[in-house]
Amino acid sequence: MRLEARGGVSRFALVAAPFAAVAFTLVVSGLFVAWAGAPLGRTYALIFEGGFGSRFAWSETLTRATPLILTGLAAAVAFRAHFYNIGAEGQLYAGALAAVAVGGLADGSGWASSPALLFPAMIAAAMAAGALLLLMPALLRTRLHVDEVVTTLLLNFIVLLFVSMMLEGPMKDPAAMGWPQSVALTDGLQLAKLIPRTRLHTGLLWGLALAGLLWAVLRYTTFGFAVRAVGANARAAAFAGVPVTRTTIAVALLSGALAGLAGAIEVAGRTAYVTLDMSPGYGYSGIVIAMLAGLNPLGVVAAAIFVAGVLVGADSMSRGVAVPTYIAEVIVAISLLSMLVATAFARYRLRWN
Amino acid sequence: MAGDILAMLVNADFWVAVLRIATPLILGTLGVLLCERAGVLNLGIEGVMVAGALTGWLTVYLGASLWTGVLAAAATGAAIGLLHAVLTVPLALSQHVSGLAITLFATSVSYYAYRVSFPAVSTPPTIEPFAEMAWLPIPVLAKQTPMTLAALLAVPAIAWVLYRTPVGLAVRAVGENPAAAEGQGLNVIAIRTGAIVAGSALMGVAGAFLTLSAFNAFFFNMVNGRGWICVALVVFASWRPGKALAGALLFAFFDAMQLRLQQGGGEGVPYQVYLMLPYALSILALVLVARRAAYPQALMKRYVRGER
Repeated sequence: MRLEARGGVSRFALVAAPFAAVAFTLVVSGLFVAWAGAPLGRTYALIFEGGFGSRFAWSETLTRATPLILTGLAAAVAFRAHFYNIGAEGQLYAGALAAVAVGGLADGSGWASSPALLFPAMIAAAMAAGALLLLMPALLRTRLHVDEVVTTLLLNFIVLLFVSMMLEGPMKDPAAMGWPQSVALTDGLQLAKLIPRTRLHTGLLWGLALAGLLWAVLRYTTFGFAVRAVGANARAAAFAGVPVTRTTIAVALLSGALAGLAGAIEVAGRTAYVTLDMSPGYGYSGIVIAMLAGLNPLGVVAAAIFVAGVLVGADSMSRGVAVPTYIAEVIVAISLLSMLVATAFARYRLRWN
Repeated sequence: MAGDILAMLVNADFWVAVLRIATPLILGTLGVLLCERAGVLNLGIEGVMVAGALTGWLTVYLGASLWTGVLAAAATGAAIGLLHAVLTVPLALSQHVSGLAITLFATSVSYYAYRVSFPAVSTPPTIEPFAEMAWLPIPVLAKQTPMTLAALLAVPAIAWVLYRTPVGLAVRAVGENPAAAEGQGLNVIAIRTGAIVAGSALMGVAGAFLTLSAFNAFFFNMVNGRGWICVALVVFASWRPGKALAGALLFAFFDAMQLRLQQGGGEGVPYQVYLMLPYALSILALVLVARRAAYPQALMKRYVRGER
């Protein structure tokens, strides 16, 4: 059994592959729904309605998609350069914590009283926190060849414990009745609502704008070319004069900053303060979204909306039929696996000899 | 403080805890080691451990014996490993991406399966776990379950297979230079697949230790990063079984110490600092061994016949 590259990759195969993957996902996930003993059509209909069926459903889905777009971009840009940042979860919390440190603790003190100054400072602090957190794994990788997968994963645990320490210590909200929760942001720093009487906030626009920007940077700039070259073949890139080490570190800083920004946007747009459960794994989901999108920044937007819709839809579905909400993660996992296989088959064929 | 630590070190209970904490790490690290020695990274371990913990426990809960539960966990691990092998070996997909996808898949399916089987339980149902080996005349080991003994015996067994048998030689060969191995008439795809399946079976058993020995029920998030720790330990161990055992014991030592220090209530030090200790030390260990890490030469490199 061996792989053989197809002579020419047909446009049809590349377009058909995702559809085949979706069809396969619906069938296999259907088996899991049937196992729970629920009516299949009704379950899918409820998930779809809950995620995309109304104005309210869309507002919830897009609210959920906002941090996912940013963590998805963080993973996409890093993976493009073969820098496997699995630490977006930790970077998101670091960003959220930094945002509150700047925008919540400095309340009323001199220069900090003006939201017009404080808001950019808060965003910058969050991005810097995320970027700096990823700087150590990047330096360890480029200087000492320490695998960044392991270091970024382990840092997630350390950061979460650090956040817990801060929430019970210096950043604790004394008015939260012993609940581990940080102080809240100053009022003027919160993001405006995009649609009145929903939770949807202008953070979505940040996500969309950054996706477009990142797409253009990767496609049209020298830096983007360097990122793609390092990802395609680092040795060849080095021969061609691409500064591999510098590019890797720049990518790491960018990736960390995007994840940190996700934390700040969540705090400013949705929660107003940091809690230990503010992110139900947005950092990890970002990796899945980036992979679903084939590491394309514009694809990240679509994939994030898909994943968010399934998660939101499953929540509302479980109130109607007896299917555990974990079906959402199952659907996402199966669609990821089948998408990977489908794209492999669009480019290669198996020979049985 | 120094006196406290000394008292801890001469306390047999402390060493009992060290060995108990180390057991899943020993099994998991050996599993990762087998995969990586054949040249394939397996980030699916975190999910495989969750699935092994669930199937092992569920098998026993449904009335089978404890050892049948261990076998079921191994079989689950092997099946998930086969999926990872198909994606990464013949299909030559990114090993990072496939492994993370497998972890997501195995974890979510396990949680889903648990919720479908037990829709509304407030206290998790329990089983009668492995008993201590009181019959054993060795002090600390007598307080362990047979799974710990099995894990300890697996270390020399795997070292023997890797370094003293043709199978082991073949596994190491495809992990160092698959093209040359193929030139010697070895089937790279079959050998890599076999190593991943066997390694994943060990990871499944590592997960089952949590539900069949350390605890008596299945909890969400019970694996809690242990799989990732194993991936770090393999690097620390320079891909050698004996050093993997040493690494797992060292990690468990700091984890057990951290627990004691927490209970001792160090003055003014938040308990989170102690909890961070094992993770921080893992990173430090990776940095310290980085300069002389003897990576299998073909690790994380895809092998497609006829492609250079």
